[in-house]
Amino acid sequence: MSTHTITLTVNGREHTEEVEARLTLADLLRERLDLTATHLGCEHGVCGACTVLLDGKPARSCLTLAVQAEGAKIRTLEGLADPEGELHPVQQGFWEKHGMQCGFCTPGIVMSVVELLERDPDPSDDEIAATLGGHLCRCTGYVKIREAVREAVRLRSGSHSPQEIRR
Amino acid sequence: MSAPAASPPFIGRGLRRREDLRLLRGDGRFIDDLSRPRQLHAAFVRSPHAHAAVESVDGARAAARRGVVAVLTAEDIRGEIGPAPMIWNPIGTEVLVPDSRPLMGDRVACVGAPVAAVLAEDPYTAEDGADAVEVQYGPLPAVIDPLEAMDEGAPLVHPELGTNVCFQTSMGGGDLDDGFGRADVIVERTVTNHRVAGVPIEPRGVLAEPHGDRVALWTSTQTPHLVRTYAVRQLGWDEGMLRVIVPDVGGGFGVKGNLYGEETLLAWCAHRLRRPVKWIESRQENLISTNHGRAQTDVVKIGATQAGRLTALHVKVIADMGAYHLLFTPSIPVTTGVIASGCYAIPALRTDMVGVFTNTFSTDAIRGAGRPEGAHLIELMVDQVAAELGRDPIEIRRLNFIPKKDFPARLPHGPVYDSGDYEASLAKLLEHVDLAAFRREQATLREAGTNRGIGFATYMEACGLAPSKLSGPRSSGIEVSFWESAVVRVGPDGAVTLQTGACPAGQGHETAFAQLVADRVGTEPSRVKVVWGDTDATPNGMGTIGSRSITVGGEAAAVAADRVVAKARRIVAELLEASSEDIELREGRFSVRGSPDKSMTLTDVAHAAHVTDRLPEGFEPGLEASCFFDPPGFVHPFGAHAAIVDVDVDTGRIDIVRYLAIDDCGTVVNPTLVDGQVHGGIVHGIGQALFERVEFGPQGQPLTTSLLDYTLPTAAELPDLELDRTVTPSPHNSLGAKGAGESGTIAATPALTNAVIDALRPMGVDFINMPLSPEAVLTALRLASTGRSPRA
Repeated sequence: MSTHTITLTVNGREHTEEVEARLTLADLLRERLDLTATHLGCEHGVCGACTVLLDGKPARSCLTLAVQAEGAKIRTLEGLADPEGELHPVQQGFWEKHGMQCGFCTPGIVMSVVELLERDPDPSDDEIAATLGGHLCRCTGYVKIREAVREAVRLRSGSHSPQEIRR
Repeated sequence: MSAPAASPPFIGRGLRRREDLRLLRGDGRFIDDLSRPRQLHAAFVRSPHAHAAVESVDGARAAARRGVVAVLTAEDIRGEIGPAPMIWNPIGTEVLVPDSRPLMGDRVACVGAPVAAVLAEDPYTAEDGADAVEVQYGPLPAVIDPLEAMDEGAPLVHPELGTNVCFQTSMGGGDLDDGFGRADVIVERTVTNHRVAGVPIEPRGVLAEPHGDRVALWTSTQTPHLVRTYAVRQLGWDEGMLRVIVPDVGGGFGVKGNLYGEETLLAWCAHRLRRPVKWIESRQENLISTNHGRAQTDVVKIGATQAGRLTALHVKVIADMGAYHLLFTPSIPVTTGVIASGCYAIPALRTDMVGVFTNTFSTDAIRGAGRPEGAHLIELMVDQVAAELGRDPIEIRRLNFIPKKDFPARLPHGPVYDSGDYEASLAKLLEHVDLAAFRREQATLREAGTNRGIGFATYMEACGLAPSKLSGPRSSGIEVSFWESAVVRVGPDGAVTLQTGACPAGQGHETAFAQLVADRVGTEPSRVKVVWGDTDATPNGMGTIGSRSITVGGEAAAVAADRVVAKARRIVAELLEASSEDIELREGRFSVRGSPDKSMTLTDVAHAAHVTDRLPEGFEPGLEASCFFDPPGFVHPFGAHAAIVDVDVDTGRIDIVRYLAIDDCGTVVNPTLVDGQVHGGIVHGIGQALFERVEFGPQGQPLTTSLLDYTLPTAAELPDLELDRTVTPSPHNSLGAKGAGESGTIAATPALTNAVIDALRPMGVDFINMPLSPEAVLTALRLASTGRSPRA
């Protein structure tokens, strides 16, 4: 199995890693960098639990090879807020509106919503549905996830200063 | 027992969940997030055949690979690991139990049955090793359809058992012949409830580590104590040798409320190899070897008078067991029989249940576990009766509801329903949907080419597993008793710890249990920590299945808290020189009745209970109490749901326009969390009705082995759900609570099915079975256009 040396930036920190060609980005994040918020629900790109932002776009980290992330900027749930600091508005929205139950699918959904709101601070219901449609949640029936997204929109536009993700 | 605080301020409030902060920050710890030093990884070699002799298993090539530490086969565990337990042994009914081991030796009876395990230094190497294990199979004839499996001459799933019929049993009451004799119409339908999978987004996973002469087993389960009790039985160990610990669980839905061979095998591996061993289920494994559910064919006959009174109900339940049993497999369809008459006072009923082996993976509990099947069949049949009589289905329901005044209501076949007001929930539903206006809109839309329909389901269910006298070995035949336990401990600083035998998989126990304990002991929820999911750190418990956590586990916590308060009052009485009968707890202060200036907080009392020099000689220090609560009866949530759908007759596509649900789960501890449970339950039911189906090819090959093939509902095709509730407390616990976790799933499938029939009735479709796929809709329309009914 061939190995490659890759350098990538994760939540603002640069990492250089020696990886087998077949190592997935998800396994790199979880097993090498101990960033376990990114969850694996299907490992075939359907459930969306493993979604991270790769150069600003949502990516299924289970279908992305680590070598494909060479030079990329990756953002994961761990990068949204300081461990003791204020929650990111999307996290806060999910907390306020009970947008999660078991919380396993949540990190991927939160990252997709972060991307949506950075692209469009006031998305329509259809846009929200289209973004959430890329994720599976078995607990919530999605009702309170939609409410959480609307709450996040409100929090971002309200008294909160727009929180850009630290890079 | 002392009374709780006069006006509890925390029960009934939709507090935000304390669980969420760790989950939102990425600090949740799910099974795959855990690692132990020197851990090995397991991968399984599973049968690709639905039925085959295992002629040889050669692990030599796998074992030779770098990083592979062991290749295990049935030979290695022979004499070490006993048969998989199944815990339903009803008196007077023979239940056949095929031999099932964590690794199968001579023969495999379904695709996915494990024949070897490879242990390696990393998961990639383990999977490479599993690919390198060479297994010779001798394929045998297989039978996949349970109806065919009952035919004379069908291939035998287990030749040594001599039959594919696992068990047969019946329940009933009233005079069936008289009931049908009095009927003016008799309606017969075959109602199918197809096989589905539970699909928690987190698959199963296990991590076992040797600790001296013990083993710690982390596992993603709803039932840690049952895993311990039955794994050690299989292993021949003392119960103290196994500690089961549950990390954050990424959804359960019933399929993690069981004992699986992987759990037992990994405990044994860790003990034998003296190294930690981890296994994380792949999604493909999850879809083929985590239990399936439903898989019932219900042959139903119902009688009614011209006036619309239901007179008799007969159901034959044909339940697909799969090839092997898990803990509860054959007992699930019995629940269907218990609630088959729904909300209705039917004077005579009988249910005949037959369990059938097939060459497929095991069925067992999935959210609702036998009750969705019962509610589905009776709610479809009530609509069918209404159509036969040319009457409004709402009217037929109202005519036959068990009236409020009859509660507690004893049914002809024995069950006693604790409390209910079915008319009230239906009336509330009709406040939210104006049926007359809907019918006018429907007619207008039809002229414009849109086929809109409305369907109702007024359901009840039995949950709060379970009163031991009704569910135990001498009654229903389940060999354990489903009481629940709690320890409430107040530390010297007044901080409260609740240890519970309930075990959440995302429901929010840490928040809800803290609310109810805080009320009882007079403190803030933030001062109450909830400990769960560790057999060393909690009393024996029965876990979270059957909508039991609040009604049974919550009541145990409440009673334990009351016992703490009783001791606190004695301490306060000593210190304030009053009689303990005169000590009252109000707004967080223990005071002497009539002298409100003389008072102590829980923190004061807790300090005095631990620094005891002010207490009399012989007064037992400490401030804690336990309770094992065995409920006096099942609790019976109920409600009324309505679905409004548009059916595209060209494509067969079904769009849900509105979904309304009135649910009654008695007293609500946290309304936000209950709404979440109802939402999730409804969408689980919508998933079954419209999208989900476990399918096999004719030779037993699973066809739904990815989430592309086994399709769950997404936010893109679902409307917001409109919820409301009525509150009819249960008399069976001091909280007045009933269960909330399964009701949505139970009500949704009949509401949707009835709505689709309502939409298509003008085209001659008078019946349809799930799954309501485009193909099923188009087939029904085609049959109807040639004058036939899909009910045939």
